[in-house]
Amino acid sequence: MSVVTLTIDGELVSGRRGETLLQVIREHGLALPTLCHLEGLSERGGCRLCIVEVEGSPRPMPACSTAAREGMVVRTATDRLIRYRRMIVELLFAERNHYCAVCVSAGNCELQTVAATLGVDHVRYEYLSPRLTMDLSHERFGIDHNRCILCTRCVRVCDEVEGVHTWDVSCRGVRSRVIADLNHPWGRSETCTSCGKCVQVCPTGALFTKGAAVGEMVKDAGMLTRVIEGRDKKGWQE
Amino acid sequence: MNRADLRHMAEAEQERQERFRCRIMVCAGTPCLSAGAQTVLDSLRKALAESRLDAEIEAVASGCMGPCSRGPLVKVRQQGKKEIIFERVTPELARQILLSLAKGRRPPTVSALPPDFPFLARQMKVVLANSGSINPERVEEYVAAGGYGALAHALHELTPDDVCREVSVSGLRGRGGAGYPTGVKWNLARKANGERKYVVANGDEGDPGAYMDRSIMESDPHRILEGMALAGYAIGAEQGFIYVRGEYYLAGRRLEAAIRAAERAGLLGSRVFGSNFNFRIDIRTGAGAFVCGEETSLMASIMGRRGQPRQRPPYPAQQGLWGCPTLINNVETLATVPAIMGKGGNWYAGIGSAGSKGTKVYALAGQVEIAGLIEVPMGTTLREVVFDIGGGIPGGKRFKAAQSGGPSGGCIPSGELDTPLDYESMQRVGTIMGSGGLIIMDETSCMPDVASFFLDFCRDESCGKCVPCRVGTVEMHRLLRRITGGTATMDDLAKLEELCELVGAASLCGLGMTAPNPVLSTLRYFRDEYVEHISRHRCAAGVCSMAEVPAGPEQEALLHAMGGAGEEA
Amino acid sequence: MGRRGRIRFATVWLGGCSGCHMSFLDLDERLVELAGLADMVYGPFMDAKEFPRKVDVTLVEGAVTNRANLAMALMLRERSRIVVSLGDCAVTGNVTSLRNQLPVADVLATFLSCGEGSVPAMDYNAVPELLPRALPLHQVIAVDGFLPGCPPDPERIWTAIGCLLRGEPVHLESDMLTFG
Repeated sequence: MSVVTLTIDGELVSGRRGETLLQVIREHGLALPTLCHLEGLSERGGCRLCIVEVEGSPRPMPACSTAAREGMVVRTATDRLIRYRRMIVELLFAERNHYCAVCVSAGNCELQTVAATLGVDHVRYEYLSPRLTMDLSHERFGIDHNRCILCTRCVRVCDEVEGVHTWDVSCRGVRSRVIADLNHPWGRSETCTSCGKCVQVCPTGALFTKGAAVGEMVKDAGMLTRVIEGRDKKGWQE
Repeated sequence: MNRADLRHMAEAEQERQERFRCRIMVCAGTPCLSAGAQTVLDSLRKALAESRLDAEIEAVASGCMGPCSRGPLVKVRQQGKKEIIFERVTPELARQILLSLAKGRRPPTVSALPPDFPFLARQMKVVLANSGSINPERVEEYVAAGGYGALAHALHELTPDDVCREVSVSGLRGRGGAGYPTGVKWNLARKANGERKYVVANGDEGDPGAYMDRSIMESDPHRILEGMALAGYAIGAEQGFIYVRGEYYLAGRRLEAAIRAAERAGLLGSRVFGSNFNFRIDIRTGAGAFVCGEETSLMASIMGRRGQPRQRPPYPAQQGLWGCPTLINNVETLATVPAIMGKGGNWYAGIGSAGSKGTKVYALAGQVEIAGLIEVPMGTTLREVVFDIGGGIPGGKRFKAAQSGGPSGGCIPSGELDTPLDYESMQRVGTIMGSGGLIIMDETSCMPDVASFFLDFCRDESCGKCVPCRVGTVEMHRLLRRITGGTATMDDLAKLEELCELVGAASLCGLGMTAPNPVLSTLRYFRDEYVEHISRHRCAAGVCSMAEVPAGPEQEALLHAMGGAGEEA
Repeated sequence: MGRRGRIRFATVWLGGCSGCHMSFLDLDERLVELAGLADMVYGPFMDAKEFPRKVDVTLVEGAVTNRANLAMALMLRERSRIVVSLGDCAVTGNVTSLRNQLPVADVLATFLSCGEGSVPAMDYNAVPELLPRALPLHQVIAVDGFLPGCPPDPERIWTAIGCLLRGEPVHLESDMLTFG
């Protein structure tokens, strides 16, 4: 196993070749906020919260999709980065209708937690207040587009782990929407296996189990690694 | 096809053309077609048939001649005489021209461009050498003009390494906007290890007001194919893709026809010119997303995936289409290569300025006397382009600024009119060369309004993958609308500038990173206009309709708080 | 400053459910402590008709959703040294701003025609006119501190008041900063 040595926030640390900066940073106990990243899924690099400064690079780089290389000098928490992260969270709150007070995931929401950790106590930007719908056509689950941050964890888990690709994204830019099949109601999807992985990996209250009231939707973040490990070890054959 | 066949093909076509006493070329580029060029051509052909002159005089559709705002353009070539270009030709005028030619008289001069017309005389055509003088739908005419000679020569006399070296020597840099040295890129792709390699021509031109690539694809498609084949030979690829913007129907059709003609003639396909080199080209048509001009999105789209960018590195030369090393060049870049290989890298490097070699095609648009397509050496000043070539500003108005590089670029104000148009100088004044769009603005343009226009474009074209671009551009546009609507505060301006910083620094791809440029550059030179909108509710250019100055603090607070009129997201 | 160096303290109730004020009441015995340190000069709990001048600290609950809210926001800003948004409606718009997805006319039409029997006779002119959108307080006036939560629990409120009484800016640790 070859090792790379790099400097992170002034500390000399080592990681395995092939690891991302995010992996190395977290292995060394440093906190870095993420929303679209999830262990077990492909990297998207879309939320931009894990941006770090790499010496020699003119722009901040997303740690999740940057390979750790020998001799890198990385800073994870400069004033500038923290300011950028706060702004990104503010933009996410402004984009859709995230009313935490009436959300099934309140108290168990990654967006809510990231915001509080970063000290985002208000949003300076104009709330866009889009008119969005909920799809409750599935018998067990629901999707509330008001709370979706387009991290596409659901899309990726459905495609990469369940192997179904029921979810995808339609339209573009701020009009992007997660859709089932060819924009059918979820309940009428011919591909959905109702496995519920998308619900478990969703970082906010966008995907939820029906019947959950405010604050009741607790998600099982470890589910994905257990599924993947079990599959790799062929644990279900015994 | 071997080299002798190529020579025969060229000679046969030259002889065929010489049999005509006169050739009348009607521009069949999109601008002239939309001005009615097709009816002009039809009426010419009809008149030729009726008067039985078709053995002496040939009427052909050609590519773009340049002064597009004066279209439809018709060029008359008579043996032993100087060619004449007629502007704004109607079917009636075309018949008159034909009549006088038939009688051996000088054609009427009413709408002929003068022989020393500065718009044409001050240009230097390398990429556009054939544009407007050959029929783009006949491979024979390209061959007769020397086409495919460079490829034949390279396949027989040069190693791939030689080709890369020649391109490096030429100093050619990417014409799509970033200006990356083409030779370096080719070398990277050549040295990359991969089971297969690909060449991609980026024809997804999308900047508002820019149509250089469209014109090249429409006017001289074989030049691009030859450039791609040379690139394929240089890096060891057997497959090329041309990614054509979906809106460019005509360009796509002509390229398609050109590929088929080249394959039939043995200029593409298996064992090109009897060598061991195989090269196929296929067309991929975009579906109308600006972001697909970004190379990683473009590749995703070619592979049939959602057209969204991904983080670089890895760069396409390392990991491109289906994980294989892929060389992506802009259409104009590839179209330059046959000329470089034909006349030598040193010849090309002799044109232009210190860091920017060769010529560049610009689409001159906006408030300028003659709008159209021009090609000038790198380092030509903006003043020469606007006033000498473009004929200055119409209506006795003053030049205010030129927007270069489309929504990723910035403006060059009147104080910088003597800026040489090359990569370094343009960067110095806070803009970019970009793909070559030049939008000229006079005093009737309001700069915050211009910035708002471009932000609207970026907001609309954002793919939505990363948050800074997806939401940041929307919020920036809202703030700009507040400014142009007269409801903004100085605090809004500060927020706007901070968002410019975030979106520029933290976005995933070039679209987001450059989206703030129009705001930053107009702020750099025209900050007073922004401040005037905010603090005096006044738009000097008279473009913005300002909100009524409110009566009383309550109304005023409400106006500021509510911002501009809401819009559907 | 008021009598004997005590700060002049006000609370205001704009477009909210009064839950934040209820939570404020849940300070319980700490209210007595507060009363010892500050003069309560205005608020739903006080018998004061007009917002007084020279207030040191004003906590504001609720979003700015109608004309009366707007006028009040401007007045309290002019008359207060420090303004703090109390609770999610003031901080984010929250439930009060759920209506922002609809034009005001649609909101009213829905409201007036829903439920048992319609209320066509209701004199809508007698209540303050709704603004086109409900706004968080800081988008209308300058705000000096933020106290998120729906409602912010008494611990948060007390921590924030502690900062204010010491003359410091409101500072809450991240576990006290969550919306909702």
